[in-house]
Amino acid sequence: MQLLSKKKNTRFNRNKLLPYLFIAPNMILFLTFMIIPIIFTFCMSFTKWSLIGTPEFNGIENYIKLLSDEQFLTSMLNTLYYTIATVPTTLGLGLIGAMLLNRKMPLRGALRGVFYIPTVVSLVATGLIWQWILSTDYGVLNYFISLVGIGPQQWLSSNALSMPSVIMATIWVRVGYCMVIYLGGLQGISPDYYEAAEIDGAGDLKKFRYITWPLLKSTTVFLTVISIIYGFMGFDLFFTMTGGGPGFSSTVMVHYIYKQAFNVGEMGYASAGGVVLFMLILLLTMLQMKGDKKK
Amino acid sequence: MIKSETLKNRIGFIILLFAAIITLFPFFWMLSTALKSSGELFSKVPILFPSNPQWSNFADIFKLAPFERYFLNSGIVATSSVLLTVFINLLAGYTFAKYQFKGRKVMFMIVLSTLMIPMQIIMVPNFIILSKLGWLNSYAGLIIPRAAEAFGLFLSKQFMDEIPVELIEAARIDGEGEFKIFIKIILPNCKPLIAILSIFTFMWRWNDFLWPLIITSSKDMYTVQLGLASFVGQFYVEWNSLMAISLLAVIPVLIVFLIFQKLIVQGIATSGIKG
Repeated sequence: MQLLSKKKNTRFNRNKLLPYLFIAPNMILFLTFMIIPIIFTFCMSFTKWSLIGTPEFNGIENYIKLLSDEQFLTSMLNTLYYTIATVPTTLGLGLIGAMLLNRKMPLRGALRGVFYIPTVVSLVATGLIWQWILSTDYGVLNYFISLVGIGPQQWLSSNALSMPSVIMATIWVRVGYCMVIYLGGLQGISPDYYEAAEIDGAGDLKKFRYITWPLLKSTTVFLTVISIIYGFMGFDLFFTMTGGGPGFSSTVMVHYIYKQAFNVGEMGYASAGGVVLFMLILLLTMLQMKGDKKK
Repeated sequence: MIKSETLKNRIGFIILLFAAIITLFPFFWMLSTALKSSGELFSKVPILFPSNPQWSNFADIFKLAPFERYFLNSGIVATSSVLLTVFINLLAGYTFAKYQFKGRKVMFMIVLSTLMIPMQIIMVPNFIILSKLGWLNSYAGLIIPRAAEAFGLFLSKQFMDEIPVELIEAARIDGEGEFKIFIKIILPNCKPLIAILSIFTFMWRWNDFLWPLIITSSKDMYTVQLGLASFVGQFYVEWNSLMAISLLAVIPVLIVFLIFQKLIVQGIATSGIKG
């Protein structure tokens, strides 16, 4: 329906260039800053190039180097850790929140709005707030846990806690997003299903297992894919909260690629890291979609 | 039966209320810290409400760094990005929806297939392209490359598909030019689309960090986020100043959110726009 039929179209088809003119600004920008860079990344990943001079082709040397680069492997593990820790928690809390919000209660709209606020705030500001909350000596979190008898923790400056700290802040940021998406999904489920289940005497757990969860499947798949990508792209919070440290204990892949490119100046090597990152995301999202189809 | 339902509703409400307090606490703490005197910062028992709110902390931060300049830069970048993004994506979306031309499907598919490719992956080549163009440390570099949004185009085409062809046909019969039709007939019919795209573009560009971090090195071109991040790990800056700046940096986005809350949340829920 949206396409004009050929007959209607003849009069203005005389100006065949016009559509191209209309999409030109968009397409030129898209080509220059998206398509060419994608191709460019792949090409550069096979070269040694430190911005000065010309890129030298060096085959798969960058990739071999990456595999034996302990810091890169650590950043990969940290990225996995971050993603695996944040995806189920944000989705789980988001779903619980959405199911509660879907009940009759006062201030529903306001509560929904409140949960969404952390999502719209810049991650740099978020990182700074959490850095202050988690500060070892005067941080308010260490004060709160001291009330229940736990001693002060070095949240951001110890190897063991630097990742969990950023994960905690990420959960605070992301739960609201998952909640709003899940709420949209829940509101699409017809109440008839639940009424029928109630007549059959199904309890809350059964209703969840046989109605809510299966009918939210596409929402869950969508959120999982989006959240995995979000996890793999993590950077801002790490940059502001821990700076990737102490040591490399909280350096994630984007941060490592950033350092290689803009601190060390190894453009070819950084590009190879980017290609690996891209492949990982592609693989994980494909596995997720495939695994979901099988069920 | 009904009684147990109301009980569950009440328990749910209490849980959510508690969660809302946790969600809001960091913002409250930011404000409370921003208003503290230096002495109150280091109290052993944290002070929730500063006894004598130091509003002057907000004025003092402009002595630490040229934040008025950073705000100006962020304002220029965010608002011009909104205008440019909305204009070119709506025009392209309209063309993809309502015109027939060679390569239409292929081009649209190519754009769509990059929807999931985040900017982080192509940051290195983009830096090089921008340096060749001479766009590092410039408004052009901060604004133009990010204007063509695959998502914006997709959303625009979807929306334009629903606009009846008769509307366009009628205007053509009246002898209106094609571009005039877009401006006079199509745009006024796209208010919800324009609103949602403008709001999100504004928030994205205002909050952007990695892109400006890569392409600006001169402090003249710093955005608010870069200005904020430049204080990370600077021990001479106290937390009351830092929280005051952070608060000022989030206020524009918070205002936009509070005004358009309904539209934003609905937009997210129905289209799943990346948060």
